[in-house]
Amino acid sequence: MPDTHFYRYDAYDRALVGERIAQFRDQVRRRIAGELTEEQFKPLRLTNGLYLQLHAYMLRIAIPYGTISARQLRKLAEIARKYDRGYGHFTTRQNLQLNWIRLEDAPDALAMLAEVDMHAMQTSGNVIRNVTADHFAGAAVDEIEDPRIWCEIVRQWSTLHPEFSFLPRKFKIAITGSPNDRVAVRVHDVGLRLWRNGQGEVGFEVIVGGGLGRTPLIGKTLREFLPKDELLAYLEATLRVYNRYGRRDNLYKARIKILVHEIGVEKMREEVEAEYAATRNSALKLAPETIEGIARQFAPPPLRAKRTRVPEVEALKLENRAFALWLKSNVAPHRVAGHAIVTASLKPAGAPPGDASAAQMEGVADIADAYSQGELRVSHEQNLVFPHVAIESLPAVWRALDALGFAEANVGKITDIIACPGLDYCALANARSIPVAQSISTHFASLARQHDIGDLKIKISGCINACGHHHVGHIGILGVDRNGVELYQISLGGDVDFGNTALGSILGPAVEADKVVEAVDALVATYLEARIDGERFVDTYRRLGAQPFKESVYGNS
Amino acid sequence: MEILKEEPLPPEVPTLVLPNTEDVLALGDRLDGVELIILDFPKFTDGRAYSQARLLRERLGYTGELRASGAVFIDQIPFLLRCGFDSFASAQKGFSEALDKARTLFSVVYQPTGDGRATANELRLQRRAAVAA
Ligand code: SF4
Repeated sequence: MPDTHFYRYDAYDRALVGERIAQFRDQVRRRIAGELTEEQFKPLRLTNGLYLQLHAYMLRIAIPYGTISARQLRKLAEIARKYDRGYGHFTTRQNLQLNWIRLEDAPDALAMLAEVDMHAMQTSGNVIRNVTADHFAGAAVDEIEDPRIWCEIVRQWSTLHPEFSFLPRKFKIAITGSPNDRVAVRVHDVGLRLWRNGQGEVGFEVIVGGGLGRTPLIGKTLREFLPKDELLAYLEATLRVYNRYGRRDNLYKARIKILVHEIGVEKMREEVEAEYAATRNSALKLAPETIEGIARQFAPPPLRAKRTRVPEVEALKLENRAFALWLKSNVAPHRVAGHAIVTASLKPAGAPPGDASAAQMEGVADIADAYSQGELRVSHEQNLVFPHVAIESLPAVWRALDALGFAEANVGKITDIIACPGLDYCALANARSIPVAQSISTHFASLARQHDIGDLKIKISGCINACGHHHVGHIGILGVDRNGVELYQISLGGDVDFGNTALGSILGPAVEADKVVEAVDALVATYLEARIDGERFVDTYRRLGAQPFKESVYGNS
Repeated sequence: MEILKEEPLPPEVPTLVLPNTEDVLALGDRLDGVELIILDFPKFTDGRAYSQARLLRERLGYTGELRASGAVFIDQIPFLLRCGFDSFASAQKGFSEALDKARTLFSVVYQPTGDGRATANELRLQRRAAVAA
């Protein structure tokens, strides 16, 4: 009986990761010995996950398609203790960042990671990055097919790709297997959406050229339907067109979205299709046995249908309001009767979003072992997910999470904030993000109030690079610098739900740090006043437009 | 500058020197009789010549010498080899020893390219077939 229900490395994968670490160890040695300049070393360390921040090196560890076992998470805790300050930060791209790594320790940290079949390859740099997937994959009720099978196929193909290791810029791919998009396929360099066509065949919609950053653009459909076994041929064609024609003269114009924007999606399609026509029947075409071999490893755990109404759960729901709210916001339906998907909130009131201490990681790993088949997911909303929990275990899981501080009933609510590292860590930042998130989270701490306000996504970035995805926040907050003063620009109406991907519009002049909470409070009050039947904040905004919200923040002058 | 190749070609060989912006698919008869193509890496972070190399080898069937020149450093060698380069002009110290090492640095590859190396997937399938037989 395997200890996981997702891809396990075989001897080939292990050999490659080991050889990569040996190569990096030698590169670090040469850097320290002065044989490599920082300029030469930089792309080498970046593609091994090592990024230079404001105060220290940061190691960004890949959690491929957001799936991790309890055993692997314990190892991350151990690494955080041994080589960092005993905590880590889960990111919006299903990675874990350790913020205080010493260069000379990095190869050893990577070797420890390899003990549990993990790596940090291609989590930075101008390469194909860690591929992200729906955090409910393999458990979601609405899933057509597990996207992680395809993520793993892409992971292998993209790892040390000889042609695409010096791209014009980074390249992010996300895959969803559900009609309800939870990975934001339209704001990725390439987004892949599995769907079933009229003939009953499942294939990919290929979306290209989306992205946030300085020039936020919504991705366009490059191909309506791609047969699954041609995925790599099509991706290779797309990447080749990008590698050849993507701009390299200006860092800010180098993403594929600018190429698509400049030449138009029709021309892009023509180029990609021509390239694809020449390679589609090559060795890149996936053999059925290859797909089956990987798919088999993602076979769902053998869950038996259980009762869905459990007296203990019902009783606790009546007697404990926090539990009742938690069931509403943090527990989602599972495809097997009597089970649920539980989201542990890494956003307790007033805490930096996405942080977890080594002890908390170990606590979460224990819960996963006891109640979730030893498995976890990392969501792009910087939370941890237990994909397979029996409904009868919910009270126990809730209590255990509460003891760790991760039982906040706020998933999807106003305090479930996404924030980039900002000026506390990031050398590019204009302003702090985390303290802003913390003060909003403290202000709106009341769970009853949060649930009354309903679904509201706040996303905060410390500069226009938009790592905190502020463009697609229902309320987006962007740190700007005006003559050395940190100010925050507020935008409204962003969204990433499929079919609804929208970029927010700037509300008005940027406000000072201590005015942000006030402004958010005013926006919320305006919404509560004006909402009609079940409207979310963003729906009311769409119905009424910016004016009443603007007045609430700036007055009606 | 040090040019590394087991059998250096005489200087009078028909040669094509291409910038990395050249569309190699449009070379047409300029390729006829060419025995040496030199591709340029203006900066080592500019990876356009990798695509040029693969297209020359895999699409156009070019079998002559393919040389990487410009900002060509030790740590690019595994990628260069896989894309079909078989000759290197590098000013970096220790390049020649590194070249030998680089050939065996990675025992596993995931991508099928024109270098003919069996990918992890192909080896897995062969293994499975052997077990089944
Ligand atoms: S958005 Fe800006 S400040 Fe925030 S992490 Fe990205 S680069 Fe740094």
